[in-house]
Amino acid sequence: MARIFTYIVHKAGVPADSASELAAAARKIDPAALPIAILTGWGADLDTACNSLDGSYSEIWKIANEALAYPNAELIRKALQKVLPSNSIVLVAHEHFGIDLAPGLSIKTNAAFVSDVLDITGVDGANLKLVRQEFGGQVSAHVRCDISSGAVITIRPGAFKPAEVTPGSSQVVDKSNEVGPLAAGRRYLETVLAEAGDVDITKFNVLVSIGRGIQEKDNVAIAQELAEALGAAVSCSRPVVDAKWMEKSRQVGSSGKTVKPKVYMACGISGSFQHLAGIKGSPFLIAINKNPKAPIFQVADVGIVDDILEFLPELTNKVREMRAVVAK
Amino acid sequence: MEILVCARRVPDTSENEIQLNSAGNDIERDELVYSINEADNYAVEEALQIVARVGGNVTVATVGGEDDEEILRREMAMGANHGVLISDDAFSGSDGKGIATILKGLVQKGQFDLILTGIQAEDGGAQVGGMLAALLDYPFASLVNSIEVVDGKKLKVSREIEGGNKEINEIDLPCVLSIQTGINEPRYVGMKGIRQVASLPIPSYGASDLGIDASAAGEAAAKVKRVDYFVPALGKGAEILHGSREENVDKVLELVTAKGGLK
Repeated sequence: MARIFTYIVHKAGVPADSASELAAAARKIDPAALPIAILTGWGADLDTACNSLDGSYSEIWKIANEALAYPNAELIRKALQKVLPSNSIVLVAHEHFGIDLAPGLSIKTNAAFVSDVLDITGVDGANLKLVRQEFGGQVSAHVRCDISSGAVITIRPGAFKPAEVTPGSSQVVDKSNEVGPLAAGRRYLETVLAEAGDVDITKFNVLVSIGRGIQEKDNVAIAQELAEALGAAVSCSRPVVDAKWMEKSRQVGSSGKTVKPKVYMACGISGSFQHLAGIKGSPFLIAINKNPKAPIFQVADVGIVDDILEFLPELTNKVREMRAVVAK
Repeated sequence: MEILVCARRVPDTSENEIQLNSAGNDIERDELVYSINEADNYAVEEALQIVARVGGNVTVATVGGEDDEEILRREMAMGANHGVLISDDAFSGSDGKGIATILKGLVQKGQFDLILTGIQAEDGGAQVGGMLAALLDYPFASLVNSIEVVDGKKLKVSREIEGGNKEINEIDLPCVLSIQTGINEPRYVGMKGIRQVASLPIPSYGASDLGIDASAAGEAAAKVKRVDYFVPALGKGAEILHGSREENVDKVLELVTAKGGLK
């Protein structure tokens, strides 16, 4: 079996949550594997991050280079090409950095590439058997990947359950000298933080969240009326922002806001994993969608198969009626 | 600026419920509505807007068969100057690297300053752009949500990172960018527009036209193969309310009040 490596993203000295998930994925490939973690960066933060990993790795390869102070995928790819043995299996988290790094790394290491993997179901000769999703999670697919010349695999965040914390720490091996000077055709300039927006959706107990099922901009008012009646706020999924029907500050998901309401009403939202990644704290999830196959029904507490454009106005009327009775 | 956009025709998930076929090994493909992959359409719009600012041409290419010509024509109706169909029996069964290898052949045949792809297609691969860049030794940026032309040698691009934050980069031309949805507002294309480009020629290139070693693409070269589709056994899943609409409205109101409280 080829050696298994994980590339660990870290920030301010803290390894990303995916570090333990990648170790769990490695053990699914080979239960006996003690993978090697690779961390790149510069300065004290890098050392702190290397020393904070638990004993689930056999070794930690540290690549310190001033050019890697900010994670630039092209530079990191070049550094990895220098240190990775041939035919390695490399696991990377499927988020914005992994999407930048992994496809090109597979080309340069002549390895097979599979992205956004949810499960690893075994090894069959030279083939690794994996599970992915297609069509926005509406169907899953079994995939076979020939790993005889190595593989680069991106792992869906949250899909692999980390083991209990493995006691101990791992030996840090400094690989910096094997890398040498690095240059890239892309240079990081700055990070621009998201704009605040008119309503802070993270502050509400109840969110009326709308997706593609709202169909057009004028229909957003239907959700707004319900939210007003409930004392809730309207949030949304990515397609609603893409279509410019709502501000980016209303978007829930990995590229939007992370919310922790008590009740989350997913209205006309299919339920992609990027959207679900923005919902924390296990709210009571009510899904209303006219497609009975929508993935959101797999994670919701209660589901209603109906057209939100008809259901929501009736709900709004009901809330108003109830409030009128209470007011009397 | 000479811009190539790599596009793909896919089942439109906003128009279709994707289901397994009766054999359980593929999706039900009868009566599927196809369209251009959504992110690719944003990429074409971005290319058209760049050319409107700094001049140049937009070429849209796809790897596929005759049926795929319709998306090229649609994007030409949007304003793309050229459409190119890359089609060869030897290409069938290609994996992501195979497709990137084929596109590399087209890039090397032309003189493109900028190559755009959509961030991902219906299979969620998010792979061809990054692979193509590595094969060409061009710089690459993924998840791009704004492009500013600095001069003839470089661009300033923004990438969508976590929490709605943006990572700003300078990138040398020629380069490959994968475009995130929402970067712009793609223009509307009506039937009239498509009729107007109906007679424009769309060249079709095969492996030999593009100097591609046929064994470098297609099924034989593919290290990654989809075995079948399946629908995973549901976990707990939602409790589906089967009442009338009025009953369901009452139940939802009761649940929202109990679990979240009205304000």
